[in-house]
Amino acid sequence: MSATLSPQLRDPLARRRLGWAITALVLLWPLGRLAEFHPATLLAPANLHVMGGFVDGFLPPAVEPDFLHDLLAATLQTLAIATAGIALAFVIAAPLAFVATRSLSIAAIGPADGRWRGQALRQAARTLMVLLRSIPEIVWALLFVRASGLGPAAGVLALAVTYGGMLAKVYAEILEATDARPARALLQAGSGRVAALCFGLLPLAAEELVSYTVYRWECAIRAAVVMGFVGAGGLGQLMDQALKGFVPNEVSSISLVFLALVMLADAISFVLRKVLA
Amino acid sequence: MRSRRAQRLAGLACLVVLAAGVVASLRYLAVDFGGLFEAESRHRMVRFVAEFFPPDVSPAFLRQVGLASLQTLAVSLLGTAMAAVVGGLLALPAAGRVGLPAKWLARSLLNGLRSVPELVWASLMVLAAGLGPFAGTLALAVHTTGVLGRLFAESLENATPVPEAALRDLGAGPVARFVYGTLPLVAPQCLGYVLYRWEMNIRMATILGFVGAGGLGQMLYVELSLFQQAQAATVLAAMTLLVLADDALSGWARRGLSAQPL
Repeated sequence: MSATLSPQLRDPLARRRLGWAITALVLLWPLGRLAEFHPATLLAPANLHVMGGFVDGFLPPAVEPDFLHDLLAATLQTLAIATAGIALAFVIAAPLAFVATRSLSIAAIGPADGRWRGQALRQAARTLMVLLRSIPEIVWALLFVRASGLGPAAGVLALAVTYGGMLAKVYAEILEATDARPARALLQAGSGRVAALCFGLLPLAAEELVSYTVYRWECAIRAAVVMGFVGAGGLGQLMDQALKGFVPNEVSSISLVFLALVMLADAISFVLRKVLA
Repeated sequence: MRSRRAQRLAGLACLVVLAAGVVASLRYLAVDFGGLFEAESRHRMVRFVAEFFPPDVSPAFLRQVGLASLQTLAVSLLGTAMAAVVGGLLALPAAGRVGLPAKWLARSLLNGLRSVPELVWASLMVLAAGLGPFAGTLALAVHTTGVLGRLFAESLENATPVPEAALRDLGAGPVARFVYGTLPLVAPQCLGYVLYRWEMNIRMATILGFVGAGGLGQMLYVELSLFQQAQAATVLAAMTLLVLADDALSGWARRGLSAQPL
């Protein structure tokens, strides 16, 4: 095909693009070595046998009464971990965001003592938010599990810590992005910061704050499942046990419940956002 | 339109349900939060934390941690690159370019890949490919294929068909039409998606090791299991640094990209 093209019709950038592609491949090669990239292992007879047996066992999903009972308990536990975690995260995030929001600074609207103190406090709150966020929740969960063998409580605490930092950051961003004039007017008229927040900022920002919180709850359910893999209870722990104990039909039941749970959370959060907005 | 009163009632009902949900959750878990702050468990916590200090900074161990960090980066990069290629190929049918049945098939495949979390894929891949970073690479690749494939398909569907129609009228074949008509339109956006997912996958790659998929996560898990807290502290520090650097770099890259469109 390309042989029939006249030189004018050939892609003028073809040579350069080929050069870039080759450079990229050459750069990827050592990375592949480092990541022990051996596609052939997938086709090794031993691995094929293991995986084949596993996939073969997926159907039919496990439905023994005992197992279903465990499954229901684990599902409720996952939901409870996510809900309690978000509630605690909110308790952590609300004051942090309140402190960190610049629109509520009294010093910003005129001379006031304690300007430096306020700025230092805001900076401290922001640093704390970054620190809480920068370690993934599953690492916190692993640490909490190892520290005290807490089980589901470790999941709740881990969610509270990471999501506390995340919620605080986004709350502060939302509050600072809303029109600051009503709050400023209230502050100038001599009202306190809390009143300025409740009557100046919240009426404008409530919708967005609520919908972000509900979205985070949805994420928390997924995170709660994943945290089970390090021993923090719920569906994840059940799945980890089924994988390690090599019980494929239980894995498929748990996966189905997980998918249903995620879809349910999706639907609930849709309804909540509609009603609360 | 609903009256103000009805709206307020609905909101109030929601709040009551939410509060009930939170209370029920705490009751169901029966977590003894008071007990957490009792003297004994507080001492245990303090002792646990104290064991992390000082972190192990011997050159030999730092070298190991550095290697594991590089491995984590390699896993994230390779996983994302594979996902970009496969996702790009699956996006063509998913955008409805080869008929409706293929479109639904590709879409449900992408949805299926996407809805299983990376960590679950990683535990499955450990079965399929054995312990080690290759399992992590595959897990990231599989999940990210689902995500990127869908995003690519959406960009393809949103791209204007005019350039392609013009090329068709000039007699260009289907491959040339796509490569020179549509690809240049969607490439910058797709590249943005790939970079964004790579950033997320760096974070993800640090923790995939918990189920035996290599990198920093596996190191942390092993050190904690052996009660070598000083070594675990070093790994934790490396993880935090990696995540913070990732945050800073991606912020910088995003500003660069938005300042100067490709």
